[in-house]
Amino acid sequence: MNTFYFIAFLSIFFSILVISAKNPVHSILYLVLTFFTFTVQYILLNAQFLAVVNFIVYMGAILVLFLYTLMLINLNKDSEPVKSNIVKIAGVLGGGCLLVVLVGCLKQVGVAEPVLLKDPGLGLVQNLGKVLFNQFLLPFEVSSLLLLSAMVGAVLLATKETKSV
Amino acid sequence: MESLSNKRKLIESKPLNFWERAYLPAIASGLATTMKHFFRKPVTISYPEEKREFSENFRGLHSLKRDENGKERCTACGLCALSCPAEAITMIAAERQKGEEHLYREEKYAAVYEINMLRCIFCGLCEEACPKEAIYLDGDIVPADYLRKDFIYGKDKLVEAPLNQ
Amino acid sequence: MESFDIIFKCALVVVIFLISLVVAMYSTYAERKIAAFFQDRIGPNRAGPWGILQPLCDGAKMFLKEEIIPTNASSFLFIAGPSLAILTACLGSAVIPWGQSIVIGGHIVDLQVTDINVGILYIFGVVSLGVYGVMIGGWASNNKYSLLGAIRAASQNISYEISMGLSIIALLMLTGTLSLKEIVAQQHGWHWNVLTQPLGFLLFIVCAFAETNRTPFDLPECETELVGGYHTEYSSMKLGFYLFAEYINMFISSAVMVTLYWGGYNYPGMDWVLAHTGPTLGPLIGVAVMFAKIFLFIFFFMWVRWTIPRFRYDQLMDLGWKVLIPLAIANIVLTAVFSSYIAPLIVSLFK
Repeated sequence: MNTFYFIAFLSIFFSILVISAKNPVHSILYLVLTFFTFTVQYILLNAQFLAVVNFIVYMGAILVLFLYTLMLINLNKDSEPVKSNIVKIAGVLGGGCLLVVLVGCLKQVGVAEPVLLKDPGLGLVQNLGKVLFNQFLLPFEVSSLLLLSAMVGAVLLATKETKSV
Repeated sequence: MESLSNKRKLIESKPLNFWERAYLPAIASGLATTMKHFFRKPVTISYPEEKREFSENFRGLHSLKRDENGKERCTACGLCALSCPAEAITMIAAERQKGEEHLYREEKYAAVYEINMLRCIFCGLCEEACPKEAIYLDGDIVPADYLRKDFIYGKDKLVEAPLNQ
Repeated sequence: MESFDIIFKCALVVVIFLISLVVAMYSTYAERKIAAFFQDRIGPNRAGPWGILQPLCDGAKMFLKEEIIPTNASSFLFIAGPSLAILTACLGSAVIPWGQSIVIGGHIVDLQVTDINVGILYIFGVVSLGVYGVMIGGWASNNKYSLLGAIRAASQNISYEISMGLSIIALLMLTGTLSLKEIVAQQHGWHWNVLTQPLGFLLFIVCAFAETNRTPFDLPECETELVGGYHTEYSSMKLGFYLFAEYINMFISSAVMVTLYWGGYNYPGMDWVLAHTGPTLGPLIGVAVMFAKIFLFIFFFMWVRWTIPRFRYDQLMDLGWKVLIPLAIANIVLTAVFSSYIAPLIVSLFK
């Protein structure tokens, strides 16, 4: 349990660094560390598959792409756009709303029975696969449709300009 | 236009067939070619230990010749220095004293004879200019050294070894 | 776990770490020597007999060179880059089974540091992290050539990881497990996976070349366009770490290919050998066979390097996205059709 609190502290610490870092590339690197702490949490829960997928997909692919784009657009203090007061107020309002929702949700939450202790092999690949392709087959396939539509959308956005020429 | 030499070859570029487009046969044949070289005898000559044979008219390090009695042939006429396009040769002439007849063939000889090997272009014009057949470029390659002053070769390095030794 | 097991595992970690370092060191020597042979030359032959001490001299030179950190570079990330590169390169060897269970002093132990449930995915994760070392180093150098190299490395690795993963999926459909230990155990004797998955292996080895940044996919560090690529600004042992990481990656990916497709420590007639040499010596022969296969693959890496010229960037992307990914998907479909329809049909015919 102590490990959990230590890792959780690290997660929060690095996420704060993500938003407070002056250099966008540094904040991406802190985000990598944050995701790494998530991976450790998954391993503590014995969810090996989830841990590794989080590792490969988020740390290995998505954040590399983030870093890739950030390196290309070369953000620094001089090129940072000046934000108007309205945007700032809107941002504060939006963030406040999210906070209210989170607090409201957390108030409703009761302490569930610890599922893991009943079945320590719950997070292993075989069990996960069986659950995904039997019990949750429909939601799983629907989510793949979602990804497909996102892909089609991206292709459309990318090819729009060449069509008009 | 009709080619006169009849050496011109017309190259026809056909579209690649399936196997050519698949690259793999080409890669395999390339690998076979390099493998053939792997077992071939190396052409390297490990220089300081082994030496490549020089051609007959190779021009290397100069040597100041002696005649059949072991006397120096050079009479310090300065024609070599005059003919040198790189101005690499300097000399100081001196008169032969009594009792030195066994050392120098002519009455006048070179007391100092220096060739700057960094200036020399090994053209062989000094060899051709010499009326006494005293200088020949029949030596080895000039060895490497660390200091510029060490490339100015004096009589100690240029004159042939005496006959009776 | 018994205390013997713990001590053995610790010793195994140290031994594997040392072996990968020594192999990487001598890969630099082998690379130069093999390159020389392919070009009808002799290669390094001055340090020791046949130049066998050349890697030590190179290492000493690397350590003694001047340490340069560019003025405008961010110094922490500049140092973190090569450290991360070599760290991620060394991590991969943890899940590779180097041999069968071996009996030492009455204890039965595995010649594998850890057998995790998701072994292949672990290696994938570590490999995908490897690009961070290159990216961070390239960006922190504050040099346009380094940045271009880093960007190329990122896009290349992401593109080829996809087809690598897809080529593995077809293999996993046949093995039914992600654990490397079980995958090797299934290939007992001569039942190597390359016999059932030749296309998958071909795709995998192409992707392995791309992931380790070896020629013909060495665009992140190509000298002709980018000076030195991502390590243009690096000197001394930090440069040495980058070069070292490349060779360790080559070693690990050869080991993975041998494990997944070429039967790992298995060889035809192993049962007979095992029965005649006993439970201690027998598995060690298996380890030797595994290393022989790995060295053959390392040789193949070098052979290809001195044969095929570097791809152009658009050719690289074309190959990755338009050729390898469709082929990998076709391979998955073929494997699925074969294993669920055709194979049972053949079996029933013979019955």
